[in-house]
Amino acid sequence: MAWAGGLRQNFPVNDEMAILIAESAVLTALLSAILPLFFLNRPHLQSLVAFFLLGGSGLAAAWGGGMALLLQTTGQVVLPIGLPWLHVSLCLDPLAGFFLFIVGFITFTVACYGSGYIREYIGGQLSIGTLTLFTGLFACGMFLVLLAADAFSFMLAWELMSLASYFLVVFQHHQPENRHAAFIYLLMAVVGGAFLFLAYGVLAGFSDGFSFAAMKAADLSPTWATIAFTFAFLGFGLKAGIVPLHVWLPLAHPVAPSHISAMMSGVMLKVAVYGFIRFVYDLLGNIIWQWGVVVLLVGSASAVLGVLYALMQHDLKRLLAYHSVENIGIIYIGLGLSMIFHATHHLEIAALALIAALYHCLNHAIFKSLLFLGAGAILQQSRQHDMETMGGLIKKMPVTATCFLIGCISISGLPPFNGFVSEWLIFQAALQGPILKSGILGAMIPVAAAMLALTGALAAACFVKVYGIVFLGRPRSAEISEAQDPSFGMRLSQMILAVCCLGFGIFPTWVVRAINGIPESLMGTGLSSVTDNGWLWLTPVSPQTASYGAPAVFFGILVSWLIVFVFLHPLRRDNRIRLGPAWDCGFGPLNSRMQYTATAFAMPLRRIFSFIWLIVEKVEPAGPGEAPRYLLKIDDRVWLMFYVPIGKIMLKLAERASRIQGGNLRVYLSYSFFTLLFLLWVIV
Amino acid sequence: MLIATLSLPEQVVLTLAALILLSSFLLLAQVRLDSLINIFALQGLLIFFATVLMAFIAGKYHLLISAALTLFLKVYFIPGQLRKLVIRLDIRREVEVIGNPMLIMLFAAALVLFSYYVALPIRELSLLSTRNTIAISLAVVLIGMLMVISRRKAVAQVVGFMSMENGLFFAAVVSTYGMPMVVELGIAFDVLVAAILFGVFFFHIRTEIGSLDTDRLNHLTEVEK
Amino acid sequence: MTGLFWAIAKTLIVVLAAPLMVGWVKWLKCRLQNRKGPPPWQPYRDLLRLSRKHVVLAETASPIFRMAPYIVFSVTILAVSTVPVITVQLPVAALADVIALVGFLALGRFFLSLAGMDVGTAFGGMGSSREVTISSLAEPALLMAFFTLAMNVSSTNLSTVISVLGQRDITLYPSLIFSSMGLVLVAIAETGRIPIDNPATHLELTMIHEAMILEYSGRHLALMEWAAMLKLTLYSLLIVNLIVPWGVALTLVTGDLVFAALIVTGKLLLWGALLAVSETIQAKMRLFRAPQFLGLAFILSLLGMMSHIILEVQ
Repeated sequence: MAWAGGLRQNFPVNDEMAILIAESAVLTALLSAILPLFFLNRPHLQSLVAFFLLGGSGLAAAWGGGMALLLQTTGQVVLPIGLPWLHVSLCLDPLAGFFLFIVGFITFTVACYGSGYIREYIGGQLSIGTLTLFTGLFACGMFLVLLAADAFSFMLAWELMSLASYFLVVFQHHQPENRHAAFIYLLMAVVGGAFLFLAYGVLAGFSDGFSFAAMKAADLSPTWATIAFTFAFLGFGLKAGIVPLHVWLPLAHPVAPSHISAMMSGVMLKVAVYGFIRFVYDLLGNIIWQWGVVVLLVGSASAVLGVLYALMQHDLKRLLAYHSVENIGIIYIGLGLSMIFHATHHLEIAALALIAALYHCLNHAIFKSLLFLGAGAILQQSRQHDMETMGGLIKKMPVTATCFLIGCISISGLPPFNGFVSEWLIFQAALQGPILKSGILGAMIPVAAAMLALTGALAAACFVKVYGIVFLGRPRSAEISEAQDPSFGMRLSQMILAVCCLGFGIFPTWVVRAINGIPESLMGTGLSSVTDNGWLWLTPVSPQTASYGAPAVFFGILVSWLIVFVFLHPLRRDNRIRLGPAWDCGFGPLNSRMQYTATAFAMPLRRIFSFIWLIVEKVEPAGPGEAPRYLLKIDDRVWLMFYVPIGKIMLKLAERASRIQGGNLRVYLSYSFFTLLFLLWVIV
Repeated sequence: MLIATLSLPEQVVLTLAALILLSSFLLLAQVRLDSLINIFALQGLLIFFATVLMAFIAGKYHLLISAALTLFLKVYFIPGQLRKLVIRLDIRREVEVIGNPMLIMLFAAALVLFSYYVALPIRELSLLSTRNTIAISLAVVLIGMLMVISRRKAVAQVVGFMSMENGLFFAAVVSTYGMPMVVELGIAFDVLVAAILFGVFFFHIRTEIGSLDTDRLNHLTEVEK
Repeated sequence: MTGLFWAIAKTLIVVLAAPLMVGWVKWLKCRLQNRKGPPPWQPYRDLLRLSRKHVVLAETASPIFRMAPYIVFSVTILAVSTVPVITVQLPVAALADVIALVGFLALGRFFLSLAGMDVGTAFGGMGSSREVTISSLAEPALLMAFFTLAMNVSSTNLSTVISVLGQRDITLYPSLIFSSMGLVLVAIAETGRIPIDNPATHLELTMIHEAMILEYSGRHLALMEWAAMLKLTLYSLLIVNLIVPWGVALTLVTGDLVFAALIVTGKLLLWGALLAVSETIQAKMRLFRAPQFLGLAFILSLLGMMSHIILEVQ
């Protein structure tokens, strides 16, 4: 990579520097967790110290990760802690560096936001020290997962991450539904961890050690590789949130404090994706095409179902949580395409699909965090989380509204922002499908692309609804009329993320060039032609096949806007704008109840796709002296189809097993007696 | 593209095959009975044209007789009989609701992919340049069967059954220069007799249970619930 | 430099000629309905009249309401600039491909829908809700049709597609036939023509596009109307140049360009006539039958793609 070489000449570093910076990030995060515990009675100081250190650790992580990615270094360190025969080894290569950059950057913006946000918890019943402790541990755990280079430290860091996030989710534990949501989250995190143990166990059984280097060198038969893949897919999928393993996401994200939701949705899900990529591409190596098909199908299903579930929500944070399911589905579509092309030896197209998936990881982290931070600002100002009570916020919170608009446009995948570029790259990879010799695969891939197109269109529909109901129109409740723009830190973090959305959309060639190092280190080839035509045009396959000139598009929009504006606003005398009431058909003044509600907006789509959800709709006609009542309940079918039966089976098995506990003393003594007989027989 | 190397009549045959598949999908989507019969007649017409073209491409002029038979039976006689039946039974304007139209269409699309997958090895055995259409004819047969399963009105089920036979005939024509004449005539007469018998049956079903909804035939069960 | 000059000239000509296209269709419809009707250049007079009037803004309107006409119009102009009209040899060809084109139109539609919801009336919300429903069903069909095209030609760049298609010998591709049919159906849905939406109606139960721009007045309304006319012209250009690609110049020689301009005008007039006839013989469908219409478009595009894989490749 000549480009990286050139950078290295200008910034002489050795391989160790990046990982040293990353380690300092971990230590700073740990410090941000522990240090505030010494200031128990001064919550303002606690939050200040904690978030300052957290921001610092985020910056350090982003710096170290960016350095490893851009300069293509691989640093390794073995720490003298851990089990005597199994020291903790850390490694920072370009893949880990990329994800470390994402995690660090988002942590930094959340830290800017956090101190303003948790002001509302100060003076309440909940302890700030707990919040900052577990936030720091959460960040520390995520950094360590990315740095881990052996299975033991990986699992330690993974469990630390899960546990810390559980305590964060259950932070507001006074409401029973919050505790229930957190319990489901913990349960599924633990089950996921168990699957990961099994996956690493299979790999460790065939290699001579627990370190990733040993596992990479292991030679597995296709059957065992498939078994390991299945366990890893389920384990990482549970954490990433693919359908049908996603049920904890819409429960846990709305319940956690908003900056934690941003971290969980923006970053923790990406850590799961990192784990999956590391396991499949690095540790397993020989990818079988059937795995790619499974990943592609599951990704398509998650994308479409995620956005359809999101459409019907009117709790703002739950809606955003379902959109995370959708975007993880899109990332998995990219990964599935990459795996299929890798298995059929089209390595360049596999690199393209992998780059597209990684780019979408970056983009989703940025715009999802932006959206959650905006939702948190609204929640803090108005204590409302139901969209049906909001409206007209663009006039009260202009900065939040502008940044939220940029987030909405980005997540809908519209040019010139960043969401469009990663979806465009995935489409380009999917359109190379016909190059496969198998006609069935060549047919399935464009159908997956059609699912992606459906997802994009439905996501745009959903975010028109969200932005229109929340920010435009008239306020639908009194509390919303009192809202204002939040504090400086909260505004600053949103603005930084919004600028990044635009930046990563206008300069895709630089981002793709940077990410190009990852497929080179994982597969041996990267995209060779991506920036052949200069920094202006993104040409992933070849200039005749497809090209996208992002800066030119942005420039074109600005120029045509300017021309139209100037042309229609000559300096005339009579150019006034009159204000008047909105058109009311002559019936008199309009009030806010006459607007469309979120439920009304989504009704045509609900009728068209009614077979997806479990809908209960009841209209009770008006009794004497009462108003009619309308009930609409929309539920996830997956819960009923999968989890309720599993729960019932588990309970039945548990009941059967509990019969061992007879309660009778002689029965217990006979257990010991027969065990003793058995052992004597076996040993002799 | 392989298709560019084919001559114009062969390309037209491929286009007709694709249009026949489209007519199968349209049959699945139709709700009204008279438009259903019209589309079925259209399908027969397309098969007629395809058979005529195949006769000229392959030089086997006995296919013209099969074509003429198809035109008479599938485009004039059977649709005509069905129309008369529908008018006599006074169900012309009845509209039936089929399961969930979107899901059924998606399943039909999956059937097309599945028949492509199944037909891949068979395709190697034929020497005709139009052998790619074997998958399409298999798909037409399967979609016809899907129609029989997913519809409730007996007339629609009959049309589905007939379209299965259309698919079989089309498969025979494009992959093997048509079936032996005897088999051809035998099948044609079978279909004719089936059409007449259906007509007779419909009257009896109608008088017996008062409607042509075949789900209501469940009432005829002898088992006590 | 000549390339850039021709690109700007082409965009300007198409933008200025768009109202004529709409006027032509409307004039033909009137004639078919045995009425005399306004002359084909009537839309120009409407636009001029509107741009001279004052703007009356609702009190509840936000900056988005004022920005939206400009954004919608400029994005549509950008989309038009990437479509080859008379020649494929323009430098802007590399700017965007079909997927980006769909993205531009989606961006315009996003802001249009937001503008509908901005004022806080029931009409706007209704228009926006219906518009996003229909577009969320139409966009996959459109992209599938384009994918079929792209798989046939192995490129998503519009100029490459048109030049390759125009230079091939006359071959009957079932995939292109089906994807063209799908494209036509989607174009009817996206530009709001009968049977999806009635461009001439102002009854609240039947409007989609009109409902979203109901609050606009003066120069803002002129921009919105012009953008809608431009969108119709854009889709018409796509259809005539993709289905009948012969006649698009492959070089920048002036003689070729003039000839190509004449052919494209002829194609557009013919397409306008077909559109007028089709709108006269059909009635508008109720809203909940629109998904079936778009489902048909999607099935056609899907069939096109499957025909490509099954019938056209070895």
